[in-house]
Amino acid sequence: MHLSSDDLVLWEYGWVKLNLTIITTWILMVALGGGCFLLTRRLSNAIHIPRWQHVLEVVLLGIQAQIEEVGLAQSRRYISFIGTLFLFVVVANLAAIIPGYEPPTGSLSTSTALAICVFIAVPLFGIREIGVLGYLKSYLHPTPVMLPFNIISEISRTLALAIRLFGNIMSGGMIIAILLTITPFFFPVVMHALHLLTGLVQAYIFSILATVYIAAATRGEGA
Amino acid sequence: MLIDWFTVAAQVVNFLILMWLLKRFLYQPVLDAIDAREERLTQQMQAAQDTQAAAAAERNKYERLNAELAQQQAGLLAQATAEVEATRLQLLEAAHNETASLRSQWQDALLKEQQSLTQGIANRTRQEVFAITRKTLADLADTGLEARMVAVFINRLQTLGMAEKIQMSPPAGQTDCQVLIRSAFLLPPNEQKALGQAVRNLLPIQPTIRFELASDLLSGIELISNGHKLEWSIAEYLAALEASIGELIHTTLVTNASVAPPEPAHA
Repeated sequence: MHLSSDDLVLWEYGWVKLNLTIITTWILMVALGGGCFLLTRRLSNAIHIPRWQHVLEVVLLGIQAQIEEVGLAQSRRYISFIGTLFLFVVVANLAAIIPGYEPPTGSLSTSTALAICVFIAVPLFGIREIGVLGYLKSYLHPTPVMLPFNIISEISRTLALAIRLFGNIMSGGMIIAILLTITPFFFPVVMHALHLLTGLVQAYIFSILATVYIAAATRGEGA
Repeated sequence: MLIDWFTVAAQVVNFLILMWLLKRFLYQPVLDAIDAREERLTQQMQAAQDTQAAAAAERNKYERLNAELAQQQAGLLAQATAEVEATRLQLLEAAHNETASLRSQWQDALLKEQQSLTQGIANRTRQEVFAITRKTLADLADTGLEARMVAVFINRLQTLGMAEKIQMSPPAGQTDCQVLIRSAFLLPPNEQKALGQAVRNLLPIQPTIRFELASDLLSGIELISNGHKLEWSIAEYLAALEASIGELIHTTLVTNASVAPPEPAHA
């Protein structure tokens, strides 16, 4: 048994390794990108639109509404980043219903990569909204004494993001694997359904936390 | 170690590529489509509102026109009714006038016819009376009608009262006296002589007697002297007969009155 799909290296040349995580991610990228390409080729501007277009619009407008609800009024500026986070984690987690599939989000490398993306994106969005000085001042909020704690908070919440997602997804996969060996048939099915729900909730938590961090940075309220 | 930093780097790159892919093929087209549809809906709503406003304006316009038309129609109807009523009254009055005129003409014609009939009856009666009397006298008394009439007139002259004699006589001192004797028939010379003698006996002076034939005297003798007239004729008898016949005619007319002259047709 392996803890992460990173351990399954399919091709290696020097320090370059193509493990299962990267391959699965590529497959998901092709599925998502190709699917969107195929779906959005025939978008209709008419009053009556196809049902699949309704589904796409419901998903996108739902994400946009969540972003605005958190406090980012200009939701279209952030929907590419936050929406991609949510859709990637959701699709990666829900694809676990396919037998033999190992979600890339169950890899600490992937969750760390996503957390690093959030770690980099938060100051970039903050600086774009309120400028460099405005953003840096947010670390002195509410008093300069809080500067080290704000920096620690910035790093720790990134770690928390990465480990929360990794822990939940990895543990779900582990539990199902263990239950299959102990009590096959019924319990693994229930746990699998629970794992799907957990994956959905984790995707929501990950993306909503990223939105909250970005919203705090763009308002200059610090970490 | 759980973290493979090459995988981390690869996943960061993968995430950025996926973000670009989704932005290119999902967010941008779908959000653009939503915007375009919203814009289209807004335009259609605006067009619908404009159309609705235009329709409301048209409806108001046509309602106003309908009201004006109804008012105009009512006015024209009232005017036409008044004109028809005036024409009816005018025609009725014309019909009344025409009826009255026809009635008057009819009455005039009837009156003329009655007068003509009366005249005819009188003439005919006179002729018949004369003829009968002449024939009766000739058959029974072997004498003429004219002779009997002159005899009767002479008798009347002789039996005149004093007042009448004075009226017939010329005033005192006048030596000339003109006496005109008119008769409906030509007096024979014997009767003229007898009648002249009776007149001379009546008046105090010798008059100048002149005889004249007057066909309108209705079979009688008329004597005019000093502006006074003395006559004998069958006019009185004829008047009584005429009254009797007139009453008969009147009765006949009343009976025929139910057959009134036709009323003129009203317009």
